[in-house]
Amino acid sequence: MRICVAWALIAAVVTTSCATARRPRSGPRVTPFGFGSPATEEQIRAWDIDVRPDGKGLPAGRGTVAQGASIYAEKCAACHGERGRNGPFEPLVGRVAEGFPFGRDPSLKRTVGSYWPYATTLFDYMRRAMPWMSPGSLQDDEVYALVAYILHLNEIVPEDAVMDADSLARVVMPAHDRFVRDNRRGGREIR
Amino acid sequence: MSKLSRRSVLMRTASGAVALLARSARAQEARDEPPEIPDDPTKIQGRGWRELGERSTFERPRRVAFDGDVSLSPLQDLHGIITPADLHFERHHGGVPAIDPARYRLLIHGLVKRATVFTLAELKRFPSRSRICFVECSGNGSRGYRNIAAETTPQNLDGLTSTSEWTGVPLATIFREVGVDSRATWFLAEGMDAAVMTRSIPMDKAWDDAMIAYAQNGEALRPEQGYPARLLLPGWEGNSQVKWIRRIEVSDQPFMTREETSKYTDPLPDCTARMFSFVMDAKSIITFPAYPVTLTASGSWEISGLAWSGRGRITKVEVSIDGGRAWNRATLEEPVLSKCHTRFRYPWQWNGAEALLMSRATDETGYVQPTLGELRAARGRGTEYHYNHVLAWRVRPDGRVVFGLESA
Repeated sequence: MRICVAWALIAAVVTTSCATARRPRSGPRVTPFGFGSPATEEQIRAWDIDVRPDGKGLPAGRGTVAQGASIYAEKCAACHGERGRNGPFEPLVGRVAEGFPFGRDPSLKRTVGSYWPYATTLFDYMRRAMPWMSPGSLQDDEVYALVAYILHLNEIVPEDAVMDADSLARVVMPAHDRFVRDNRRGGREIR
Repeated sequence: MSKLSRRSVLMRTASGAVALLARSARAQEARDEPPEIPDDPTKIQGRGWRELGERSTFERPRRVAFDGDVSLSPLQDLHGIITPADLHFERHHGGVPAIDPARYRLLIHGLVKRATVFTLAELKRFPSRSRICFVECSGNGSRGYRNIAAETTPQNLDGLTSTSEWTGVPLATIFREVGVDSRATWFLAEGMDAAVMTRSIPMDKAWDDAMIAYAQNGEALRPEQGYPARLLLPGWEGNSQVKWIRRIEVSDQPFMTREETSKYTDPLPDCTARMFSFVMDAKSIITFPAYPVTLTASGSWEISGLAWSGRGRITKVEVSIDGGRAWNRATLEEPVLSKCHTRFRYPWQWNGAEALLMSRATDETGYVQPTLGELRAARGRGTEYHYNHVLAWRVRPDGRVVFGLESA
């Protein structure tokens, strides 16, 4: 009899707490507040434009160096200069002859070929933020072509290179091994 | 940073826009003319109430431009530790977006149990939290490191730091709400500006003290500071505290975005570059006396300034009047808060001789602000970001004050 009462109490508590949860759940834990709406696949697809170094997030499509050259001339050269040099804004092209002496020499330009550790970053950034006056307007094929062209100008891929989700994720950048994680920890040492 | 923003170049090419700017400048001047001041304000009724207060027309603190989309806080004009919201420094990478708060959404997805979309009203329903802390751009202080000029104000030197009372919801609360997968180690924060700014942030910061902030100094965020909602990461470099935040993707690795690879990384003299250098180390600056002030007489002057550390509380500020030979303990004014500007003061009797004023901060980890030589030895002359070395002001016998470090 006592056991039956105990079970009845537990059942009542469980029922009550389920009733106060505001939306259905699949996991074992009740959401603390029940705020917000479940994100739909469509909502996620509309905003999820990031690309990781392992290639996750790269879309279908492809582009060649030659296609990239003509898109570049039309949409990029005014700011970044002919062949990625000597424009009014960020230079994209150039290789530092030896080593990675950026810490020693403040005059060095951090170009794609000399400083960028991941080629996927180029795709991610151009697709989300370029060109400056119409950000986010490039088609995926155009972005692949521009990536191919800029990597070629930096002597990282050959003139007949084709960039797509598979080939781009396999590009290894010259500066790839130059980056180290932060080792500052506070305390007496100046790092 | 580019020398001129593309926007300003384009503006200059349009003559109609130039004429418009000239007209609005004249209108601005007319508004800023001081009102008629009576000989004796006690003999005439003052003006009535207004819906919105304004500064005295005698006070004109202003942000000034740095390169590109950057403006600096007027440190020399400010008192205490709070930066008025309209004088908070700015750094944006695609301009200041105009966002309708009714249409604002924050999407959280990736390695979470329940991918969720929150409205602004829903974010505000969560238990809120307020804290006072600084936000500093990690490029702050470059003008005291290379190409140094004597005629440099505290604003031009170090004005990319500001302190506000921020209100919002702890990110940990939101992550508990959506249920984070045990594999999660990083999350991507993405903005709703034209740069669609993205940074990868370690999950530990979310469980520690990260917030989604929607208010600043008692009112809604300023558009320049991320209206209607931003990521706030107390003590970390400004760029990582993504403004106008619209999306968080939880992941098991960093995303290696443009800002965290090609930009906000620190080249070192050993031919490597440090990445994910989030924390702003301890730092201080004397904001009075400083260029362009002239001390009008010898005698009693109060040296005053700001100290802060991204690793916790400031425990000590020392002031030197002889270029670092002797150090004297400054008074820290309450409140002394973690990861927050702290006001320090030191009473000084100026004897009229040339003096070289310096301040040196120590934080609760025992870290002591380095000299320029120590920082250059550790980082190299070509490094970028995280300039936190001891600064100096030279007081000349005629009372004029100039920046006291020299290019080496």
